[in-house]
Amino acid sequence: MKLTLKIWRQENAKTKGKMVTYEMSDLSQDMSFLEMLDVLNQSLAIKGERVIEFDHDCREGICGQCSLVINGQAHGPESHYTTCQTHLRSFKDGDTLYIEPFRANSFPVIRDLKVDRSSMDKIIQAGGYISSFTGMAPEANAIPIHHDIAESAFDSAACIGCGACVATCKNSSAALFVSAKISHLAKLPQGKVEREERVQWMINAHDEEGFGSCTNTGACAMVCPQEVQLIDITRMNFEYNRALCHSKE
Amino acid sequence: MALNAKIPEGPLKDKWQNYLAKTHIVNPANRKKLDIIVVGGGLSGGGAAASLAELGYNVKVFFFQDSARRSHSVAAQGGVNAAKNYKNDGDNVYRMFYDTIKGGDFRSREANVYRMSEVSVDLIDHMVAQGVPFGREYSGYLSNRSFGGVLVSRTFYARGQTGQQLLMATYQAMMKQVKVGTLKQYKRHEILDIVIVNGKARGIIARDLDTGKIERHAAHAVVFGTGGFGKIFYLSTLAMNSNGSANWRAHKKGAYFANPSWTQIHPTALPQAGEHQSKLTLMSESLRNDGRIWVPKKKDETRAPGDIPDEDRDYYLERRYPAFGNLVPRDVASRAAKERMDAGHGVGPLKNAVYLDFKTAIEKLGVDTIRERYGNLFTMYEKITAINAYKEPMKISPAAHFSMGGLWVDYELQTSIPGLFAVGEANFADHGANRLGANSLLQASVDGNFILPNTISNYLSNEIRAGKISTDTPEFEEAEKAVKEQVEKLLAIKGTMPVDKIHRRLGKIMFKEVAMSRNEKGLKWAIEEIKKLRKEFWENVAVSGDQNGPNSELEKAGRLADYLEIAELMAVDALNRKESCGAHFREDFQTEDGEAMRDDKNFMYSSAWEWENGDNWKLHKEPLEFTEVKPTVRSYK
Repeated sequence: MKLTLKIWRQENAKTKGKMVTYEMSDLSQDMSFLEMLDVLNQSLAIKGERVIEFDHDCREGICGQCSLVINGQAHGPESHYTTCQTHLRSFKDGDTLYIEPFRANSFPVIRDLKVDRSSMDKIIQAGGYISSFTGMAPEANAIPIHHDIAESAFDSAACIGCGACVATCKNSSAALFVSAKISHLAKLPQGKVEREERVQWMINAHDEEGFGSCTNTGACAMVCPQEVQLIDITRMNFEYNRALCHSKE
Repeated sequence: MALNAKIPEGPLKDKWQNYLAKTHIVNPANRKKLDIIVVGGGLSGGGAAASLAELGYNVKVFFFQDSARRSHSVAAQGGVNAAKNYKNDGDNVYRMFYDTIKGGDFRSREANVYRMSEVSVDLIDHMVAQGVPFGREYSGYLSNRSFGGVLVSRTFYARGQTGQQLLMATYQAMMKQVKVGTLKQYKRHEILDIVIVNGKARGIIARDLDTGKIERHAAHAVVFGTGGFGKIFYLSTLAMNSNGSANWRAHKKGAYFANPSWTQIHPTALPQAGEHQSKLTLMSESLRNDGRIWVPKKKDETRAPGDIPDEDRDYYLERRYPAFGNLVPRDVASRAAKERMDAGHGVGPLKNAVYLDFKTAIEKLGVDTIRERYGNLFTMYEKITAINAYKEPMKISPAAHFSMGGLWVDYELQTSIPGLFAVGEANFADHGANRLGANSLLQASVDGNFILPNTISNYLSNEIRAGKISTDTPEFEEAEKAVKEQVEKLLAIKGTMPVDKIHRRLGKIMFKEVAMSRNEKGLKWAIEEIKKLRKEFWENVAVSGDQNGPNSELEKAGRLADYLEIAELMAVDALNRKESCGAHFREDFQTEDGEAMRDDKNFMYSSAWEWENGDNWKLHKEPLEFTEVKPTVRSYK
């Protein structure tokens, strides 16, 4: 099959970028989207041209390193996929594809399609953990956790931190990402001790890092590769209000 | 240097406690004067970084990903083993130790394996406390499943994303220490060399992958949690950027490389679909709990799998290994699949796969139970292949997966370079010639969280008077210069062969002759081919762009340059070992019914290779002494 690729090229965060067109032919439907970029990069390398920088690592949808907005959709046309799981069978022969980086003020472009998502790490640093040190733990079965609670905590914990929610949100909010971690830990008895500090610290960090506010559009949950649910944002708001009511000050 | 594994005195079951009782530790006030560099932010490196930072050392952690949460531990699916005996099925530390020793075909170090089994119990407690949402029974207590090579259920799991969940816990523990200020992270940094001063590891040379800047970093000790090098096969279950470079650079500076040829070929990955393919996605071994593996009895079977009646199917694992059936260890399962495919029974368009069928399990347990157990794996399968595995069997195929070999370490996890430690997959001792499923997450985590923090102090207790280590020394100068020269050399070639193409060719050589089945002629051929390919690489590789910023081709080229040397040592190691054991199957050493034939008289040792200038290695042998177990023929029949 043949595809026309219009790919965002940008030297660094300080320079202006632009779309550059590449014609691809002899592609197979079974190729993954990133394998197509591999082929393109090989042809650029032989010609001595700078290759297209894009993020990827595990290529099985779990590390969260791959990004890309394809034809306006974070992680491409299939819902709840990552870019690395997207295959060319999702496109038609002769299609033109617009390939851009995840765009958000909190995700500055490093080069081409690579962006810096350190801002998400900083939110976790603010409080997205349980402050138990190695060696402190009691016997694992000492605290029974209802099967359904554990499963529900897993649903939130499954977030891969890719940032597609941010790239999709019209406000560039990371609410779904933050709420997934807050919900994961608040649901579990181990995480309840610090729930009040955690939610406040994380939400403050979210705002300090320049992410926008959530206006409950729900676009984030439509693209999330791990299908993190919108109700986690409700849980986050509940936790936040609960924390204010329970303020120890 | 003679090998000294420093195995503590006393009976096997007391060794670790004896060690802990006598080892030197560092006064809390002195810990903040000691700097430690950790390379790798995954379960082993990240666990070490977090635990050492909690103790109060100054820790710097380096990784090439943009966040430690993306380290490849994230991709481990099935679970983590621990001898909790929650199932009352007769499990205990000794049984777990024995299963692991036997699984490794009596080629691992007894004391290390016992310690790993012993500490496994604490690890589950630790991970639960960190918030890992392990699977639970309706009573609220932790649930277990079974894995290949064992007869008990000792595997803890978080659906099919156990690695991700353990890594999140570890990553969060790291982030907590970043906030406290005892841990500093250097993301998107790749290690290009290690610096030795007066015989001790004193720092690293790293490249900032965003700016291209070459940096010097010094410390009192260096810890490698750098993972495995299975990506050498190009097509593998590893992440695209996983590499063997840090280990190899350390090897060239004096660290011995142990059992480099022992690569686990995982039996249940997705088959290659075409020439463009970059990755073979793993399907967790846990699927073999409920899935049955078969191929058509007829060679040129044209019927769809669903139309083939039971009498025309060959459930070859159940046929050959009735005791363990579909749950034989990985090396056995992979080899059996290869045997069937070589005999012309492979399925799929390229005849390079076997069926993994859930029909029986779905009939017995219902589709909902199967979905709860493996839902995400079925979804992942469908995303990649567009096939619904609830309705028709999966097609699976063996793929390069885990490096049992790695940097040689003693009982303290210290390499043959004083001050350089290796944890997790980067080292060697625990898995012998074949790793059991769900022991990888275990080893990585216990090395990082529980073992290294207790052994590194023995070394660091002698460093409290060393003062700050300077990077302004001739040793750093020289190492930096060599790194810069290599970068410039790679950019100056301006050839016509893309890095990936050369890597793919290397992978083909390795998969053909240095993978599931080896022989003398093939290995000698492989060594010649690797040398030729290496020459071609240095004459004709195409690396475009420059070094002053991100350049993924340059990164890949540097890693491939090292792979082209590691490959040769792997073949040299396989050639030296004239026996079959675990994943190392020599066609010239097999029984009449095609099983591995060990030679305990001549090869009851770990091979530790010392780099000698040029492409020459000196072999050191660490004899393996078994005090508690008697090596037997490993049978799963």
